[in-house]
Amino acid sequence: MKVKFLLPLLLFIVLAIFLAIGLNRDPQEVPSPLINKPAPAFEIPQLSEANQSFSPASMKGQVWILNVWASWCAACREEHPVLVELGKSKIAPIIGLDYKDKREDALAMLAMQGNPYLLSAFDANGRVGIDYGVYGVPETYVIDKEGMIRFKHIGPITMNILNQKIYPLISELQKS
Amino acid sequence: MKSILLIALCVLSFGSSFAKDAVPLADDPALEQRLISISEEMRCLVCQNESLAGSRSDLANDLRREIRTLIKEGKSDDQIRDFMVERYGDFVLYRPPVKPTTWLLWIGPFIILLIGIAGLLTYLRRRNNAVSNIPLSDDDNKRIDALLNNKNGKGAL
Repeated sequence: MKVKFLLPLLLFIVLAIFLAIGLNRDPQEVPSPLINKPAPAFEIPQLSEANQSFSPASMKGQVWILNVWASWCAACREEHPVLVELGKSKIAPIIGLDYKDKREDALAMLAMQGNPYLLSAFDANGRVGIDYGVYGVPETYVIDKEGMIRFKHIGPITMNILNQKIYPLISELQKS
Repeated sequence: MKSILLIALCVLSFGSSFAKDAVPLADDPALEQRLISISEEMRCLVCQNESLAGSRSDLANDLRREIRTLIKEGKSDDQIRDFMVERYGDFVLYRPPVKPTTWLLWIGPFIILLIGIAGLLTYLRRRNNAVSNIPLSDDDNKRIDALLNNKNGKGAL
């Protein structure tokens, strides 16, 4: 008979656990369907050398980082020092994708805050961004030697994410 | 004359510096209708409680432009839906597809309904048993007979 009285309490505890998990998840973070899929191909002009183009195919054989950024995006400016740090570590090349930006604004931002990118591709109309499922700049992808996307982070990366996720993942991918 | 032109130019440029770019509308109303019917079923990822058809965010504009191009290329609704899902995941659809990972989502409510019905039935059966087990006294039987025989006995209780 006593179990009967405990039942509502148990139900309540289960419900509370589900709600607690739900509350601690970020609704902005949508799981990307691109993980473990080949990075979409593109070929667009570079930011600083408008007459040269960049294509992900040229990065085959090395682990690299694709960072989507824009000078108009406040979170990108916040993230930038972390990227500069990442660039200094020389663990993997960082390619920027300058998303729906103005060339002079983007170059000014890099001049002011430092340029961690090997180069930046210039996605003037956001078409490449659509192929990569970009919906909230900044976004960061880790792409392996075969050109597969292994990791995606939406929003500014922090030193924490760098140390706990990105560094271990890159060194693991570089071994294979 | 020159000064009038200059003023006109200033006024015109002032206006354009404040206005946002007009959202390009397709010339073809049928195409636009299809765009709306497709994008109403999709979530805008920037403002998640708005549909792609209703959102005014930049990304939604770009995606509508993209869908418009796909329609012009003669893609079917399903192909366009796949295009979006490949990039943004099932989350972009307001109606999640039926597949192993979403079975619980689709069937879950019915399972809960069945559990509820089963619980209700066992409860009712148990209550019925409890009621029929009450022995009736002679007095009770007499009252029942009286009530049953009294055909115009409205409000006899």
